[in-house]
Amino acid sequence: MTDATKKTKGGLTRRKLLKTTAAATGAAIGSGVITGFPTIWAQNPITLRQFGTGVSNINAVAQKCKEDLGITLEMTAMDSDAAAQRAATQPNSYDIADIEYWILKKIWATGVIQPMDVSKLTYYDDIVPLFKTGKLTPDSEIAQGTAPHTVGFVNAPGDKTFADAPTGYMTMVPTIYNADTLGIRPDLVGREINSWADILDPAFKGKTSILNIPSIGIMDAAMIMEADGQIKYGDKGNMTKEEIDKTIEFLMKTKKDGQFRAFWKTFDESVNLMSSGEVVIQSMWSPAVAAVRAKGIPCKYQPLKEGYRAWGGGLGLASHLEGAQLDAAYEYINWYLSGWVGAYLNRQGYYSACMDTAKKFMSDNEWGYWIEGKPATEDILSPEGQVMEKTGAVRDGGSFEERMGHVACWNSVMDEDRYMVRRWNEFIAS
Amino acid sequence: MSTTANAEPQKRARPGLRLPLAVVSWLQAAPLAVILGVFLVIPLLLIVVVSFWDYDFAMMYPGFYTFNYAETFGSWVTWKTYLNTLKYAAIVWALTLVIGFWVAYFLAFHIRSAAMQTVMFLICTVPFLTSNIIRMISWIPVLGRNGIVNSALVSMGIVREPVEWLLYSDFAVILAMVHLYTLFMVTPIFNSLIRIDRALIEAARDAGASSTQILTNVIIPLAKPGMAIGTIFVVTLVMADFITVLVMSGGQSASVALMMRNQMSLLQYPGAAANAVVLLIVVLMMVAGILRIVDIRKEL
Repeated sequence: MTDATKKTKGGLTRRKLLKTTAAATGAAIGSGVITGFPTIWAQNPITLRQFGTGVSNINAVAQKCKEDLGITLEMTAMDSDAAAQRAATQPNSYDIADIEYWILKKIWATGVIQPMDVSKLTYYDDIVPLFKTGKLTPDSEIAQGTAPHTVGFVNAPGDKTFADAPTGYMTMVPTIYNADTLGIRPDLVGREINSWADILDPAFKGKTSILNIPSIGIMDAAMIMEADGQIKYGDKGNMTKEEIDKTIEFLMKTKKDGQFRAFWKTFDESVNLMSSGEVVIQSMWSPAVAAVRAKGIPCKYQPLKEGYRAWGGGLGLASHLEGAQLDAAYEYINWYLSGWVGAYLNRQGYYSACMDTAKKFMSDNEWGYWIEGKPATEDILSPEGQVMEKTGAVRDGGSFEERMGHVACWNSVMDEDRYMVRRWNEFIAS
Repeated sequence: MSTTANAEPQKRARPGLRLPLAVVSWLQAAPLAVILGVFLVIPLLLIVVVSFWDYDFAMMYPGFYTFNYAETFGSWVTWKTYLNTLKYAAIVWALTLVIGFWVAYFLAFHIRSAAMQTVMFLICTVPFLTSNIIRMISWIPVLGRNGIVNSALVSMGIVREPVEWLLYSDFAVILAMVHLYTLFMVTPIFNSLIRIDRALIEAARDAGASSTQILTNVIIPLAKPGMAIGTIFVVTLVMADFITVLVMSGGQSASVALMMRNQMSLLQYPGAAANAVVLLIVVLMMVAGILRIVDIRKEL
């Protein structure tokens, strides 16, 4: 089986190369029509194994990929801890790693991901500058933490350290990202919420929650503590031991005082905590807010003056990819950025890395609601076709620029992460 | 007898087919030995080896370092977490033992027909058709702030404000664990009780023993092996449980296994391995202690 596949590879590469070039030219002209991609994979079946977090490992993407490219995608969805483990410890079990940038920072040095040749990325120029320079607009500030652009490039294949500025080699192609903030129950909080520190309000005693994923939970705690004016971090995403100590002691004290009701670990837990009214204010993910609202329970994704905690994910190529498989992987990635998937992700409330291509696949109403922060001119449907928001609704947090332009820090992994986990365990045990 | 005697020489007549007895018994033991070796002993040895390695966030560095253990033993979290986990184990063990014994007693002595006993026993196992997690999280809407228990209490006027400690507390953890693990106690105790010779009970009654005396002097001693096996099940399950603790305490309480899980979530395998080795030793010591008190093999 493997032998047979390998034999066809040699001849395939040359033919495919011509086809890809043709397709790339076609796309560059601006047609944006996906049918311009070669369909050669239909005759020589290629399967790409992809794993990643549930947010982007969606069957609809695999189906569309099969239709458009003839490439079979085998998707495995898992939580981000499991994804990090898989990426680092089982490099031969996947071809495409759909992981977050902070995980990449951890595993890049293990050499399981190969850098991507920028010249082969058709839509490289369309990728939002956030992933190249760290700035959404020329005058925006670079956020703390593992900002994707800091781990986005290497100087040459084989490099274990990241490049300071964009080069010809990308570590991963960015695909999906979002800005997280606190979710609130507007019917139960009974006051304006505008700061991360509002979670410490004694009025909410026993009715608040944060994440129990150490590397993310500590960032939420940092946002809260800094907003409360108790500390000023050098870099929230890369704390010193003293900063970790202070943050954990702060958390322990808050826990002892009975401020928290629970600490959630999964998407469902956060939805249940909120919809059952166990908590009224907690750190939350955008689709979880949507899930609470879908039950008919008011829930708001509250923008806060200190800004958002952002995360971003991308597609990385496994080191073992070569020949026709590698070509197919590049083609898949180019297809991914060509718009259909981007529009799909945008409609889920996340953001696509190539906004311009995604726009072509969205209606003016959808684009206005999701990206420009305008009131919906007609009902907003989920990718599955269910009504998510009624006409006139406005997205919490406003436009893409307002949200992604106010990122305070990115999900990250610290140099002192070993110490941090130890202290986090103390916090949970306290 | 005579047939066997005749068969023997026949077999001898075909040399080459007959293996020495020692080889036969080795062959018989081989499949289990291979399975246990590959899936239990080798992984365990690997865990022990890895627990002495160094690591950073991307890689593990083979070597021989003891600081993983130093960190484990030197931290008050370890002690506190073990204490907490042992507390859960002790309380859950006591509750499951009492409940399990009475359920088993009822099944064994009050249900007359064997068919009915089987039916009742199957009913006990019905909840196990759903997953552990489903059975656990179904407690959440029952115990929650606006849950069934609280709305009942408030509407009956027993309490004015909803009771907060029902959910996301040690109470919730222990309740869920008792619910999840009682059957592991019922089964072995039932198995012991069902094999008690009824003549013994009749003899005790004829000799003038009261029901209590029969229970304490005849039934409970004979049920000890079942209790011991059930205890081993429950104690090892509770010691290794992290998901019940995580979900039912709302992440507010720690357990040993939860600590390991946190370490693994940031790829700190050697640290987690050191923790695992310590836990394994603790659990093995507990099991050895139980086996010293009750000789299971003698009773089986």
